[in-house]
Amino acid sequence: MKFNGRAFVFGDDIDTDAIIPARYLNTTDPAALAAHAMEDADPAFAQKVKAGDVIVAGKNFGCGSSREHAPVAIRAAGVGVVAAKSFARIFYRNAFNTGLILVECPEAGTGFADEEAVEVDLSAGTVTNQTTGKVYAFEPIPAFMLELASDGGLIPHLMKKRAASSR
Amino acid sequence: MASTITEKIIAAHAGQETVRPGQLVEVDVDLALANDITAPLAIEVFRSAGVEKVYAPDRICLVPDHFVPNKDILSAIQVQTTRNFAREQGIDKFFDLDEMGVEHALLPEAGLVLPGDLVIGADSHTCTYGALGAFATGMGSTDLAGIYLTGKTWLRVPETMKFVYKGTPEPYVGGKDLILMTIGDVGVDGARYRAMEFTGPVIDRMSMDQRLTMCNMAIEAGAKNGIIGPDRITRTYADERAGRPYRVFASDPDAGYVSVREYDVTGLEPQVARPHLPENVVGVSQLKDVTIDQVVIGSCTNGRLEDLEVAARILKNRRIKKGMRLIVIPATRKIYAQAMANGWLETFLSAGAVVSTPTCGPCLGGYMGILAPGERSLATTNRNFVGRMGHPTSEVYLASPAVAAASALAGRIVGPMDV
Ligand code: SF4
Repeated sequence: MKFNGRAFVFGDDIDTDAIIPARYLNTTDPAALAAHAMEDADPAFAQKVKAGDVIVAGKNFGCGSSREHAPVAIRAAGVGVVAAKSFARIFYRNAFNTGLILVECPEAGTGFADEEAVEVDLSAGTVTNQTTGKVYAFEPIPAFMLELASDGGLIPHLMKKRAASSR
Repeated sequence: MASTITEKIIAAHAGQETVRPGQLVEVDVDLALANDITAPLAIEVFRSAGVEKVYAPDRICLVPDHFVPNKDILSAIQVQTTRNFAREQGIDKFFDLDEMGVEHALLPEAGLVLPGDLVIGADSHTCTYGALGAFATGMGSTDLAGIYLTGKTWLRVPETMKFVYKGTPEPYVGGKDLILMTIGDVGVDGARYRAMEFTGPVIDRMSMDQRLTMCNMAIEAGAKNGIIGPDRITRTYADERAGRPYRVFASDPDAGYVSVREYDVTGLEPQVARPHLPENVVGVSQLKDVTIDQVVIGSCTNGRLEDLEVAARILKNRRIKKGMRLIVIPATRKIYAQAMANGWLETFLSAGAVVSTPTCGPCLGGYMGILAPGERSLATTNRNFVGRMGHPTSEVYLASPAVAAASALAGRIVGPMDV
């Protein structure tokens, strides 16, 4: 599975309040959330981002609250994958549960400038800066998380298991 | 095999003798909690599965607290969705305005979380309940919907970091200062994916209110859970409230820890986290002439009885600085009523504060005290991220109720000994 798009670069400890501020949490509508994705980190992000773009970031991406609205907002804005040095724990679960793929890539945050062309190859385990030609490797996504993601998230995964066990 | 308390509770809920850090296990969930922001999404996801009935209605708890009494139409609809779901599914543990409180203050107070429990909440500060010797952690709404469907969830068993607190704290130095100091030491991802176990003679003497404050902020170091082994103080607290039997677990003396840190807290001054991360911690005396516009005393971190007591003691027969806005929010109705009976609400009002009904409100920049551009607040809450309490150019400093009350009097950040 490959993702191709432009990179949007963020620093360390990007928290869920920056990803989707609480003032917009009176709805669960993905499109409404997407309009404010990353707003307190980069107010222009929602205007600039296009389907297929990739967020690259430093350590502890998604720290803070448990709001699932955060990965939902990012994904609804068109981003299919986030490559960061590390992720906060609850955000990590929430992302895979809702179909946003995350890869832990140590150099991702420093290897890009905004809007450079990026390719994330899940099978090869690489994040490529197609503007500079540099390739960065990442640890394979744990099999269990990939299974979740390929089932379409946690609920389809559970329903599949449920169907299997009642057979 | 020697285990930590966290490992033992997880093993007991996974139906296994022992578990090891790193292992993925499926566990039975004793209580699944959601609030007015996370419940509607969990309900939506649950419905998408096409299953009629939740697995166990008596193990679900719904607490509207973030935007209640409702601040606008959309938030009213969120609570309505939650209320209707509770009725339809026969969920008794739904707390409307007549029983309301901030979830992480309300559940321990109501005896809904007890030692040895495994609690999952669609709220990151679910880790608060570790103070009771329970395993409690935050997840998202979809994970919660999964529990509504199956009564179970999966967990990666965390490594445990042990923290030992020794010495004698100065007056007005307590749980909030200890946890801020610790987060300042390990950093906002210093305990990522891990359990933080708080131990030592200082913890042994600490009240439940302060223990809850400490475990509340474990997530601010990135931890999966914070935990304190139950002792006499825990049992007394639990026995006054428990409506069912509970199990007490303890770490084995030779349990394996990924790290052990010891702190001598003697001489530690009140701690303050500067914007915009909870790890930017300094002693209060290092902040010279930081003027503030607003002080908030409340939240699931510091809105309990003991917190209000300290604030009332400092504010008694005094008046806050002209131009200062002080907002006091008792975390539950019980706390509110007790504070009223003790005369503290009168003290706050006379000092120039406003006193709100229980709500999260300003803690997450929801309503009830939002900051304008460039304004600065000192709050007893737990997060000071960019825009957390209002405009992205506003600033939040985090500290104890004692520092908050003193700073409201002075109009700038000062310690309780300086007013
Ligand atoms: S008081 Fe603040 S931190 Fe606690 S649950 Fe409410 S919003 Fe979250």
